[in-house]
Amino acid sequence: MKSALASFITVVALGIVLMFALPHTTDMFGLMQMTVFVVMAIFALSQGFIWGYGGIMSFGQAAFFGLGGYTYAVAAINFGDSTGAVALAIIVPGLFAALLGYFMFYGRISDAYIGVITLTVTVILFNLINATSGDWYTIGNAPLGGFNGMPSVPTLNMPGDPSTILDPEQLWYVTIATLILVYVLLRGILASRLGRVIVAIRENETRATLIGYDPRLYKLITFIIGAMIAGIGGCLYTNWGAFISPTVFALAMSAQVIIYVLVGGLGTLLGPILGAVLIQWLISFAGSQSAVDSNLVLGVVLVAFVLLVPQGLVPVVRDTITGFWQRRAGTGSEEQKQTTRGAEVRS
Amino acid sequence: MDLIGLVSFNVLVGIGTLVLITVGLGVIYGMMKIINLAHGEFMMLGAYTTVISVTNGINIWLAMLVIAPLVVGIVGLIVERLLIRFLYGRMIDTMLATWGLSLALIGLMTTIFGNDVRGVPAPVGGFSIGNFGASGYGIVILIVAALTLVGLFCMLRYTRYGLIVRATMQNANMASALGVAPSRIYMSTFALGAALAGLAGGVLAPISGVSPVMGAAFIAKAFITVLGGGAAIITGTGLASMIFGFINEIVSFKSTPVLGEVALLAAAIVMIRILPQGITGRFFKRSI
Repeated sequence: MKSALASFITVVALGIVLMFALPHTTDMFGLMQMTVFVVMAIFALSQGFIWGYGGIMSFGQAAFFGLGGYTYAVAAINFGDSTGAVALAIIVPGLFAALLGYFMFYGRISDAYIGVITLTVTVILFNLINATSGDWYTIGNAPLGGFNGMPSVPTLNMPGDPSTILDPEQLWYVTIATLILVYVLLRGILASRLGRVIVAIRENETRATLIGYDPRLYKLITFIIGAMIAGIGGCLYTNWGAFISPTVFALAMSAQVIIYVLVGGLGTLLGPILGAVLIQWLISFAGSQSAVDSNLVLGVVLVAFVLLVPQGLVPVVRDTITGFWQRRAGTGSEEQKQTTRGAEVRS
Repeated sequence: MDLIGLVSFNVLVGIGTLVLITVGLGVIYGMMKIINLAHGEFMMLGAYTTVISVTNGINIWLAMLVIAPLVVGIVGLIVERLLIRFLYGRMIDTMLATWGLSLALIGLMTTIFGNDVRGVPAPVGGFSIGNFGASGYGIVILIVAALTLVGLFCMLRYTRYGLIVRATMQNANMASALGVAPSRIYMSTFALGAALAGLAGGVLAPISGVSPVMGAAFIAKAFITVLGGGAAIITGTGLASMIFGFINEIVSFKSTPVLGEVALLAAAIVMIRILPQGITGRFFKRSI
């Protein structure tokens, strides 16, 4: 318990240090790039939460990310003020997840089918949005633009003051502060009764049901929380480039977020964040040379991790470090090993 | 009257297309309970094989009916040996690994052939139904789809290999005790499924743009049709293709092809909710 709290405080402190240190140590290009990495980290947290803790295998988390992005774009163009648009970008994916989740969990559809259904829903959204070119497809003043997407979306402004628009550096502060906030929020949920029930259901659904918890309801709640976080990510993503296009719904987007979580470590919160930054960095590195396509790199990384390191980087590194300290202290007793195991699930 | 003829013809071709793109996936899922997310990319490989063979002067029929399935079947064999066999019984992991494979194949083909869309001319011209022109190539698709289903049925029902495959599918341990090597059966089944995907890719190459990302257009349709069909490969795939193909073509005819596809997917999702085991989980349970 103590070590879990310590690691939590360390992570938050490191996040805050990074938040203030980075603008002074890197140029504008680096800062913008880090901003999009952090956006992807928020997206990864949503997948990491529902998959790693809720045991829900969503292959279509991009649906909520994209919905958040599109909702923000449409609302911001119509309202002319970003405050309400941000709220809607969280609410709309949440509602959509409630609908879809009710349909899936209350139908007691098995894990693999949930994967395929979420994937299919994402493909439906991709097809629909792709086909919305032309004047007819306009919500309020906002043309959806079909395949070309929506350019020059108004970016975040100070709440209640549409004339003061945030500059890229301020957007960085907002983005990383959001990441830290989401992390703290999820940590809080996991430490609460709700979080413990969610994990209990992942561990043994039948037993949790017999104790008196309704797994359908708790899975639905988990799914909605995940979708709202993905919505925030999508909203910030639109803000980052002032642009959104149907590629946010593409299969590659859902694949990427799964890779982040898998590489970073399933069942951790730090893992998805680090996985997202690492993989995004790798993609931008692969994209800067033309010999090898970035999809090839991503695919090979995914296959390699499934086969060789299925538990992900963060747990492996942590086990190595704790193992090292235990051997060094010479107290590798069974009891201590078990406490570290217990802490592992939580941190 | 002519219009009804044309629409019925299109519905039939739509069903045939769906059968073609689904049956390879159905073989792998039905027998091995593996959801192969690289199915679309296997089709893409089949299409590329056809295009490349034709540009090198090989007869198009030979290219798409023989070479494409053969090449992709061999690729499937290699993939099974190097990747899938380590993951049997871990459904989610196989989904992830085959998804990785799908990305890797897209990346590999982009690296080698670039992003541009290629094509081959259809070897059959059009014909007319009353005042309307219809695609003659549709007939080819129909024939190939029908022959594939019939051939697969005969193989599973009447040959010794089919018997062994069905036995392994029902109870791998028992089959193993009787002297069958399940791993070898799985290997050949996966290769067969891949070869069927290659065939589908080859046959559909003349009517679709061949590019590294073409698989994504088929994947969702193929999956949802297989799951909608249920455990019985041939009956399930056939019935689900009929229902979904019909919905797709009718809605496409009434509105746009995009909405037709959306209607197909939406109908399939609703059906999985009602029949979680697929059509053949509830009806025709004893069929193949």
